[in-house]
Amino acid sequence: MVKYTEKIQEIAKRLLQEEKVDVFIGYRKGTMPMMNQPVLITAPEEAARLYWDNFCGLNLCNYLTKRTDRIGVIANGCNSRNMVTHIIENQIQREQLYIVGIPCEGMIDHRAVMRAVHYKEILDIEQNGKTFVVKGADFEETFEKEKFLQSNCAVCTHRNPVIYDELVGELVEEQTDVSAYEDVEKVEAMDPEKKQGFFTRLIGRCIRCYACRNACPLCYCPTCFVDESKPQWVGKSIDPTDTLTFHFLRAYHCAGRCTDCGACERVCPMGIPMRQFTKKLNKDCLELFSWEAGLTLDQRPPLDVYRPDDYNDFIK
Amino acid sequence: MTDKVYGKEKWIQGLEGLKNDYKIYVPVKDGDFHAFMPMSEGKAPDFDYDNTRMSPKAVMYPESERLFEYSLDDADPEANILKESPKDFSPRAIVGIRPCDAHGFQIVNRNFDNPEYRDPWWVRRFGSTTLVGLGCNRPCSTCFCTAVGGGPFHEEWLDALMVDLGDRYLVKGLTDKGEGFLAKMTGGTPADEGAYKEAEALAEEASQKIVSSPPTDRLKDQKTTDLFNAPFWEEVAFGCLNCGTCTYLCPTCWCFDIQDEVFGKQGDRIRNWDSCMFPLFTLHGSGHNPRDQKFQRVRQRFMHKLKYYVDKYENGVQCSGCGRCVRYCPVNIDIRDICERMNNFESA
Ligand code: SF4
Ligand code: SF4
Ligand code: SF4
Ligand code: SF4
Ligand code: SF4
Repeated sequence: MVKYTEKIQEIAKRLLQEEKVDVFIGYRKGTMPMMNQPVLITAPEEAARLYWDNFCGLNLCNYLTKRTDRIGVIANGCNSRNMVTHIIENQIQREQLYIVGIPCEGMIDHRAVMRAVHYKEILDIEQNGKTFVVKGADFEETFEKEKFLQSNCAVCTHRNPVIYDELVGELVEEQTDVSAYEDVEKVEAMDPEKKQGFFTRLIGRCIRCYACRNACPLCYCPTCFVDESKPQWVGKSIDPTDTLTFHFLRAYHCAGRCTDCGACERVCPMGIPMRQFTKKLNKDCLELFSWEAGLTLDQRPPLDVYRPDDYNDFIK
Repeated sequence: MTDKVYGKEKWIQGLEGLKNDYKIYVPVKDGDFHAFMPMSEGKAPDFDYDNTRMSPKAVMYPESERLFEYSLDDADPEANILKESPKDFSPRAIVGIRPCDAHGFQIVNRNFDNPEYRDPWWVRRFGSTTLVGLGCNRPCSTCFCTAVGGGPFHEEWLDALMVDLGDRYLVKGLTDKGEGFLAKMTGGTPADEGAYKEAEALAEEASQKIVSSPPTDRLKDQKTTDLFNAPFWEEVAFGCLNCGTCTYLCPTCWCFDIQDEVFGKQGDRIRNWDSCMFPLFTLHGSGHNPRDQKFQRVRQRFMHKLKYYVDKYENGVQCSGCGRCVRYCPVNIDIRDICERMNNFESA
């Protein structure tokens, strides 16, 4: 990780010095353990602020939407796939981007770490390759990274960036023996009543802050349907039906576009696993259209193309 | 003086005995975090907690509250007349509230109960609520109550204070309300010299443990326009998702939105929490939005807390130092940093 950080700083400095880019977007080390902050730098001297570790689980593609300058940006597998989607959907031009690819080793689930130390306050985390050490005022514990990956990273099969202009390190080996949809299959097996109960409980604590939406690069609509007032699709109070409506509709808007980057789940202040919605649609896309989002610049996502010669009857 | 010492179990039993006199809110473990919940809901209180994730603000000022209701049925002679909805103002007590959260209520109170404006619902609930605090033996690294006028054992805004002495609590009555609450409690023995000594030592130790202290001394003298036009806002705001997590978890944010919701022929006028981080917050009916850019919204949050409020009420900052926004901001926007920048800003 230290290696990546140095490399990112070096590349950013060079790009800014050579004026290949106007700005560079990456992370800086946060003021809290397990929290890093997206930053935009404009001068080569600022490159020293850039940082990378296993807690960079946001999606930097989110910060590219409709920018007009030339941007250097770091991207691991999922972030790069969202950039592909962004390019296809005309949210940014490929020529504007200088993508610094990060072969990714997965992000650590900060909530799992907190749980593992029984919510004692964590003051520092030291990352040493396959293990990491969690330090508090009166404890120190070592954990294996493998066992603490975010649930999306644990089943990720596209860790290497899909598009890039330069890499910070050797490509990593992709995982092949993962079964990505065990959780979805469990829900699929439920009867409608049980499903309803499952989803109602899942979002029970949601405070509708919309952090999940705002962290997601796919959610770039100038006015989200939940914010519309004429007509008002969704009520503003805490009625559970409105909350469920928000989650279902948002998931459908992401169908065939979601890369399972996990940013939405990472930012939720209430720890709601709302990827259960998008994952079901990802699975459908894979099964119905052999489609995974953001792997190629040559094809639009299945749900946003209309072909008069489509072999399906329902479309005619 | 009704200061008493209670064995820990005796204290909880005593609280249970007050159920008919007060609706009692206590910290309980709720999933991965703690939250203030009514004691009657079956979960045991857990006073050994760092801080609740949501502040107890909702006890006095609910996320969503029906203010009025009306009928839209033309056959109804009272159609289209707003009638106040029934609300619960019966006595309640928040037991185990942190001194910073009690400070939070005091700050919000300045906005909802002042010579210019009185919010009738807030005023009544604030008046009927007793705050039984719990000193913080173990402040977090994100706590900075001492930098904003409070402290881990600060008594000023509380009606009573519990001090955790290991196997027992020392409970001090601080106001008439607090004394009244304690007078109704069963059990306990009069506080002894030893208990006070222990409590003092704990308070001393706790204040040493506070490691964050953003400076606020120059905020008042800074020129508003200098801070407003300061060059750092774009940078500060870059990572922000405008998610409003900071607002919703904050004990001192008070903004709301009023909405009408209609179902069939029944209408409700509802007040909901709102956040200056949301674009909708300032969207005008004309479609114009005076804060349509992210950095403007982020700037509003910090200018409000650390400058406008400071100037308007001349009573410190609109922040109790609870550290929630620091811990839970998903992109690590840290008010301590921003406060320091604003405080130390030198205009060109
Ligand atoms: S981030 Fe979490 S709490 Fe906020 S709207 Fe999304 S699911 Fe709900
Ligand atoms: S829905 Fe969630 S997992 Fe999917 S792309 Fe958006 S942030 Fe990533
Ligand atoms: S400062 Fe943080 S918590 Fe507040 S709106 Fe921005 S991202 Fe959300
Ligand atoms: S601004 Fe942050 S630290 Fe201050 S009272 Fe609000 S949540 Fe707590
Ligand atoms: S303006 Fe913003 S910071 Fe101020 S109280 Fe309202 S929501 Fe909180």
